[in-house]
Amino acid sequence: MALLRIQHVTKRFGGLLALDRVDLVLEQGMIASLIGPNGAGKTTLFHILTGIYRPDEGEVCFEERSLVGLTPDQITASGIGRTFQNIRLFGQMSALDNVLVGMHSRIEHGFWDILFRRVGFNDGEREAQIQALELIRLVGLQGREREWAHHLSYGEQRRLEVARALASRPKLLLLDEPTAGMNTSESRALMSLLKELLGKYVQTILLIEHNMRVVMGVSDQVTVLDYGEKIAEGSPDQVRENQRVIEAYLGRAQWGVRASG
Amino acid sequence: MKGLASGVGLMAFILCSSLLVYSFPQSALAFILFESSLLLIYYVPTPGKIKLFLSSLVLVILMPFLGSLNGYYLEVAIQVGIYVALALGLNIVVGLAGLLNLGFVAFFAIGAYLWAIFGSPQANEFIPGSLFPLSPWWFFVFLPLSIFVGAFTGALLGLPVLRLRGDYLAIVTLGFAEVIRSLVNNLDKPINFTNGPRGITPIEKPPLFFQPVLEFFGFGASPASLYPFYFYFVVLFLVAMIIVVTRRLDNSSIGRAWKAIREDEIAAAAMGVPVVRMKLLAFAVGASFASAVGVVFAAKQVFINPESFTFMESIGVLAMVILGGMGSIPGTVLGATVVTVVNLQLLKGLSLWLNSLRQSGIILTLPFLGTFDLSQIPAQFEPAKYERMVFGLVLILMMIYRPQGILPPRRGEAKSDGAP
Repeated sequence: MALLRIQHVTKRFGGLLALDRVDLVLEQGMIASLIGPNGAGKTTLFHILTGIYRPDEGEVCFEERSLVGLTPDQITASGIGRTFQNIRLFGQMSALDNVLVGMHSRIEHGFWDILFRRVGFNDGEREAQIQALELIRLVGLQGREREWAHHLSYGEQRRLEVARALASRPKLLLLDEPTAGMNTSESRALMSLLKELLGKYVQTILLIEHNMRVVMGVSDQVTVLDYGEKIAEGSPDQVRENQRVIEAYLGRAQWGVRASG
Repeated sequence: MKGLASGVGLMAFILCSSLLVYSFPQSALAFILFESSLLLIYYVPTPGKIKLFLSSLVLVILMPFLGSLNGYYLEVAIQVGIYVALALGLNIVVGLAGLLNLGFVAFFAIGAYLWAIFGSPQANEFIPGSLFPLSPWWFFVFLPLSIFVGAFTGALLGLPVLRLRGDYLAIVTLGFAEVIRSLVNNLDKPINFTNGPRGITPIEKPPLFFQPVLEFFGFGASPASLYPFYFYFVVLFLVAMIIVVTRRLDNSSIGRAWKAIREDEIAAAAMGVPVVRMKLLAFAVGASFASAVGVVFAAKQVFINPESFTFMESIGVLAMVILGGMGSIPGTVLGATVVTVVNLQLLKGLSLWLNSLRQSGIILTLPFLGTFDLSQIPAQFEPAKYERMVFGLVLILMMIYRPQGILPPRRGEAKSDGAP
């Protein structure tokens, strides 16, 4: 059973066709990558998946249920977590609180439970904190949990975003350029983190990535977008050999010179 | 052990300052010193139980006692309490949820008029029969009722403006407050609901249910002398309740969701926070505080008119929150206290002092400058006339040197501290 099924999704911004009848199917247990030149529509697709944009046409099904028209918090509650291309942490909150916010959809206390500290409130809070600390340890930020998010270093902020996205216990994790701005050893650490997450914390990961070393190293399936259109899909090796992908990245061969990938 | 020592030190400070106020009941400085003991209690590291004991000693026993020496102190304390409660309400909307609300006074007005209309003969104007004013006991019905009315109007205002952000939200809330004020100002015809600019009076005060008890113990006192103490305790109770509610919400998933919305709304939504619901809740909770305080305000003032609910009031409360530290409960309490005390005591005290200098007829002889007749000091120099300017300056300086406020929220406050 496919976890996520995107069918013929189209999104226009005025005259710009950001996504043109894009199809994408994610099976359970895979790490998939979405690549393409700048402006290809990758982040737009993420925004559609998480309910920030609404597709003009097409259907998005998650576990055979349509996501179109749901609000971002409903989509998160149904099992999709995400990070952002430009880090969007809650700067003036502690790292721990950032992760706890990610648990919002799983915390069951209502307004009156909180106001009157009903039975179970304190236990629930303690349990949430234990889980949050575990996630913080998982991404290697132990000891930094009381620090304000905007005081963390760039790499730490990226990892905190992953922890925050995991807090809602998503089945599908969407990572928007997780290694942007990281050096080689940092991105290698992130790759091994992703492999560790799979199966244990999330069932499927979809990442947007420009770092080809990461893409080719972790992905089971690579999808290439160019000008809002899906131009290739397949295993890393298949995509690497694909003529249209090479053209999209390097330009069309002219004067008889062949661009070699 | 160390905590105990500092507790004893605090106790000594409290007793000394109260003695000072006792000896000089007219001195504003002595009273401000006494008030600052509360700040010391907050700052000095002592166990929570000692803090609780000392602050309740100051607030429940010493303050009313000193107030019996100089009635004005009690008046100041009640005003401080009213503004603290208002500022705490606004703190939820602006400080925690980050929704800039420039019309907060509207909810204060709604609460005040709610009790003013039904707690005075005013309601007879549009409800047949002469049922009104309601008996004083209804005050205790209207206090909780105002919480719901406030929450309802807060959510009602929230609904249309939820899609707005920042400046746009500020403008709409400002407009809302003006609408409420104009409504109150003009709803005297065709049916007289609010009595327009003439205001409503006399408004019933809450019942003195404890007077027979006092008389039984031989403390016969006139209602006029009892009411300041009564209102002091009503306001104190209200502020205590508001602090407990705010703390509980703050240290929970709701408080975290509010702060997340303040920091980054899109990210908050993507993390599963129901943004619309949480914003409405912030509006409703903040408004309910203001509206409850409004009921007490109307009962205390006996007379209210639209003049009490101008735009400048909203700005004043906002200044208290910003001055104290947005999002922090101690900061907000401190901000409201400082602004009110400076307004009511310091500036007024300086003006009085200037007046007494003028009337003393002293002629100063300054070297090189000749003589100066103190009675020539122009009346325009009175500091009380510069109230707005003083606060404008203070706010500008704060923005430059300490934009986070006097007592900003502490880091790592996620640690739940159990009790209230």
